[in-house]
Amino acid sequence: MAKGAIVIDIERCKGCGVCIPACPNKVIALAKKVNKKGYNYLEVQNDNCIGCANCAIVCPDGVITVYRAK
Amino acid sequence: MNREDIIKPENLVYRRTPVLTENIMHYCPGCGHGTAHRLVAEVIEEMGIQEKTIGIAPVGCSVLAYNYFEVDMQEAAHGRAPALATAVKRLKPDFFVFSYQGDGDLAAIGTGETIHACNRGENITMIFINNGIYGMTGGQMAPTTLEDMKTSTSPYGREVQSMGNPLKITELLAQLPGTCYVTRQAVYTPALVRKCKRAIRQAFENQKENKGVSFVEIVSNCNSGWKMTPTASNQWLEDNMLPFYPLGDIKVSK
Amino acid sequence: MKELRLMKGNEAIAEAAIRYGVDGYFGYPITPQSEILEHLMAEEPYKKTGMVVLQAESEVASINMVYGGAACGKRAMTTSSSPGISLMQEGLSYIAGAELPCLVVNVVRGGPGLGTIQPSQADYFQTTKGGGHGDYRLITLAPASVQEMYDFVALAFELAFKYRNPAMILSDGVIGQVMEKVQIDDYKPRWTDEYIKKSFPWATTGKNPNTPHVIVTSLELDSSKQEQVNIRIQKKYRECEAKEVRYELINCEDAEYLFVAYGSSARICQKAIQLGREKGIKVGLVRPITLWPFPSKILNEMADKVKGMLSVEMSAGQMVEDVLLATKHKIKVEHYGRFGGIIPTPQEVLHALETKIIGG
Repeated sequence: MAKGAIVIDIERCKGCGVCIPACPNKVIALAKKVNKKGYNYLEVQNDNCIGCANCAIVCPDGVITVYRAK
Repeated sequence: MNREDIIKPENLVYRRTPVLTENIMHYCPGCGHGTAHRLVAEVIEEMGIQEKTIGIAPVGCSVLAYNYFEVDMQEAAHGRAPALATAVKRLKPDFFVFSYQGDGDLAAIGTGETIHACNRGENITMIFINNGIYGMTGGQMAPTTLEDMKTSTSPYGREVQSMGNPLKITELLAQLPGTCYVTRQAVYTPALVRKCKRAIRQAFENQKENKGVSFVEIVSNCNSGWKMTPTASNQWLEDNMLPFYPLGDIKVSK
Repeated sequence: MKELRLMKGNEAIAEAAIRYGVDGYFGYPITPQSEILEHLMAEEPYKKTGMVVLQAESEVASINMVYGGAACGKRAMTTSSSPGISLMQEGLSYIAGAELPCLVVNVVRGGPGLGTIQPSQADYFQTTKGGGHGDYRLITLAPASVQEMYDFVALAFELAFKYRNPAMILSDGVIGQVMEKVQIDDYKPRWTDEYIKKSFPWATTGKNPNTPHVIVTSLELDSSKQEQVNIRIQKKYRECEAKEVRYELINCEDAEYLFVAYGSSARICQKAIQLGREKGIKVGLVRPITLWPFPSKILNEMADKVKGMLSVEMSAGQMVEDVLLATKHKIKVEHYGRFGGIIPTPQEVLHALETKIIGG
């Protein structure tokens, strides 16, 4: 069961994918769809987020907001 | 627990700092500049010094840094950020002053201003992004370009005999009595980001004690200039840049 | 009663800066103006008014320190001589482009190149026609006495802040080195940070909680916006040209011939007028005090009254081009000058008037 959750600012995402190897639980991947700028943006692909914020802190564009249940 | 139950203000663990403006940065996807900006902004937020900070932007990729930091900003002539920072700090000594420069700006055209600001021991924080290349002008050789590294002005690789050696300016600056804290960091993994942020925090805290220049080099990527994907450029950075530019503190004064 | 002192022109610049309440001086030694930095260091103004004085590593660093200080709304200045001023041109262009006030003093020496350390006026073009890149102007004051060296520090800062543009005092090795008596003021306090924050919303004085951050830059990548920046700056310059022209008329009432000269050349011309009038030549002097904006209107008016004008400059003929533009070829205009550090005598100036204008 998920303990964490992330919110992705899709239009701010440039699809660089730097966050993907930073995630310990393989929660995130690039979408097949693109945002308004034409980037394959980041999306959540499962419920395994633990709210560690690793993805957010390596993101150069401040795309990700992280929550973790207490 | 479902997603809606988790996404509540009381569960927030990370959000974009308000010391960055809402502007979407112009940097290429995956560029370390964005992360470096964020860390500086987060440190300013955490220290509560947003109204007491003046930043100096360079010429180069980060010329538009002034559009992203939500603090008062000045845009310097190419290489001259340490001169502006010197005057700002001396005329406003109760302010926190930081310069933000790339390797062409700081270690080529601005070498004189860099060395003398460091040697005078100006009480400022200098952030230095080293990606071994001139990014903004399209990937030309920089003073920091590695031996044999291909750029648009060293298309067959940097040949040291004719093109000179890559410059370890950070080690050079550590020799100067005016620097109190000199460190080399990177921002491409979560652990390195956390470490780099602590270094930037230290570099700003030092200004409270009038210790001299605090200098933080961040070895970064330039995936466009290096002609790689963002993740491949980070791997290349680890494999090629870090052996020549090893991470860690170079000088920590008591 | 003001205090009177015997001072060098260079010392007068330094003393005026301290007493006027300048916040920061950043400079690099060069002959013939090193006494400015020496006097400032000897006077220890940081103990008197809190003024910052710093010997920089180069003129390039000096002007960029001035840029940083000016961007904070502080009164910042530097001084140098010709080769050093050449090095500052990039910075001056940035300061003008960012629309910041500052003062730069050029105690001109002979060029080109390393040239000579003797006096010259050959930096007129560089100063009044731009110098650095892009469309900008320097508000230029030309002192002809040590008293004016002193007085123009305050005037230059007032004009610089009024128009948010760099101002230059264009002096030369004569005025910088000669000693004359000078009336000096009491120490004025420097502006407080609170006053600067309130008065100059364009300055980086620390972000206010409820307003956007301040950005000082000369960059605008969008050409349509950059054109608007230029249009705004040019509008400011037209206003400056309409309001700020300053000049002095000497013996012009009955003059049939005129010298046009500034700075130390104007002093030489005053003696030449005396010699000429002893011989019955009715000659006067128009002395431009602002070289930009240039006193074109009065010269054009005078061109309707006199038979000819001689532009006397310690250069190969620079200001004479502005005199020609102003007088629109209504009368004969010639140039007389010595260069490379040679100062003309009043006798040779008068002889030039007699041969080039009266007999020419």
